[in-house]
Order: sequence, then C-alpha cells, then structure tokens
Amino acid sequence: MSVVVGVVTFPGSLDDRDAMRAVRRCGGTAIRLWHADDSLYGVDAVILPGGFSYGDYLRCGAIARFAPVMEAVADAARGGMPVLGICNGFQILCEAHLLPGALVRNEHLHFRTRDQRLRIESVSSAWTNAFTPGQEIVIPVKNGEGRYVADAKTLDALEAENRVIARYVDGNPNGSLRDIAGIRNEAGNVVGLMPHPEHAIEALTGPSLDGQGFFHSLFRHLAGAGAAAAR
Amino acid sequence: MARVVVDVMLKPEILDPQGQAVASALPRFGVTGVTSVRVGKRIEIEFAGTPDLEQARLIADKLLANPVIETYTVRLEDEADGARSQATTAGAAA
Repeated sequence: MSVVVGVVTFPGSLDDRDAMRAVRRCGGTAIRLWHADDSLYGVDAVILPGGFSYGDYLRCGAIARFAPVMEAVADAARGGMPVLGICNGFQILCEAHLLPGALVRNEHLHFRTRDQRLRIESVSSAWTNAFTPGQEIVIPVKNGEGRYVADAKTLDALEAENRVIARYVDGNPNGSLRDIAGIRNEAGNVVGLMPHPEHAIEALTGPSLDGQGFFHSLFRHLAGAGAAAAR
Repeated sequence: MARVVVDVMLKPEILDPQGQAVASALPRFGVTGVTSVRVGKRIEIEFAGTPDLEQARLIADKLLANPVIETYTVRLEDEADGARSQATTAGAAA
C-alpha cells in the first residue's frame, strides 16, 4: 500500500499543491489537511509546505504554530511520525519548538529566488536517508526570511550530533549561520529545510530531479519502520 | 481605557539588517553621527476590564516575542506615552 502523506494548508500557504503533486509523482498518496482540523486522519507523515501562513504577520510561522492542526502535528512528531517543514514549514517547526533556533530576515534584505546547490550532510533522518553523505544536489531556494540563527551552543550541538542535514554551497543565499539550509530533531523524524525539494521533481519544471530524494527517503524510512515493527 | 504596551526587540547579538538599512539611509538627508539603529515592534493591548499584566506577559511570551531571537518588556501605558503621541502628531503637522 502506498504511503499516505498529509500536506497542511494554512491560510496563505503557497506550495501545498506542489508538495502534494511531488508526493504523488514520487509514488505516494497525498491528502490535504486543513489548518483548522484537529485530526491527522491516520496519515503516515506530514508536510508543512512553503508560503506565507497568516500573511507572515508578527513573525513567520508565529501564528500558524497555534493553528488547531499543529497540536496534532506536534503530538505525532513527538511520537516519531515523519514531519517535513519546507521554507515557511521550517519556520513553523521552529516557532513550535519542534526544532531549535529561528529563521530571520535575510542578511541582505532581498528576497532571493534561485537554483541552489546544497551538500547533504546528514543522511540519518526520515527525509534524507536515500542520499549519500556529502552528496551535492541542486534545488530551488526562494525566501525573504531564511537566515537560520541559533546561539553558538545550539549550533555546536547540532553539528556534534550530526543534525545539520544540508548546507548551502556555492554561495549562501541568506546569511544563514554556518551555511545551514536544513536541520533535524534528535530522533531524525522531524526535518526543517529552507530550499524546496517539491520544485525539483521533474525535468519540465525543475532544475534537477534531486528533490525526489527527500520523498524516496520517506518511503524507505517508512518501509524500514514497517519491517522493524513486523519483526 | 488603560492599555498594556509590549515592546519587542531583537536580542543585541541578533543581526538587524532592517536597522542597518535605516542607519545607512540617514546620511542621504544629512544626518551624521548615528552609530546604530535597531528596529523593534510595539504592540498595544486593550483588555475588557482592568488591564491584566500577568495575562499580557503570557501573550508576550507565547506569541508576541520569540525568546530565541527577541526580548520583550510589558508595561501599562503611562502619561508619557500620551504626551509622546501628541508630540508626534504636532511634529507631523508642522
């Protein structure tokens, strides 16, 4: 049976359709979750998509964090369900304290959209295990507030625990500390990523097919978890 | 109606590119000698009854400020706030 991924639509979400399409193109089943739902309807994984939830008012992700669906997402995440936050989704995961640190205004104040080269640093996550460590990929980045910040102690801990999952190479688009493009939680089921894998899954529209790796990683992770549970 | 005023500022160690952009615009109209500008937010809260500072602190801590990057202060709006806003209006009219 194919993996069912719930993609949350908040008021102001932008990439929910692309994320659903990417899941389907990679072989999964995608269903829509609404911000006002308090159930996840039995999905196997959740994606918080890019966009401008609640108009980015106050701070990006600050209001979305208190959407009814987020309580269910947080519970599921703590229980080990794979959760991927892309761009605004990453901001929401940080605001919800499911990931450490915060994403602030780009250092140069410009909204930056381009195809971005990344180095996959950690493959020990539900969303990156299909890559090889050190593998370089190219996927689009597009953000105005994508600069990852955290205090030095948190950054050192992330590095020591192999929790930086991807770093910008060939130029940091937003001034992120230590070139961080994505991180994971301790357990590896929750990942936040500023660039957009859902926009790099087919030759017609993407700069590469590299984005597929994140979705294939999820399917591999869930197949492995199923096999482990069956033993 | 008394208000509660919450001021939110980026922590000193967090880079404030907005403040830097403002500072770099000052010489364009002849202002020199400013060494730093930092941009924050002021939020005014009105309560149905007596202003509840405890509740305002909860609001500030849970939603208005992100303690990872920001600090906040919570206070009752005072006479000085009123005087200041009048002065601002007068300045704008002039």
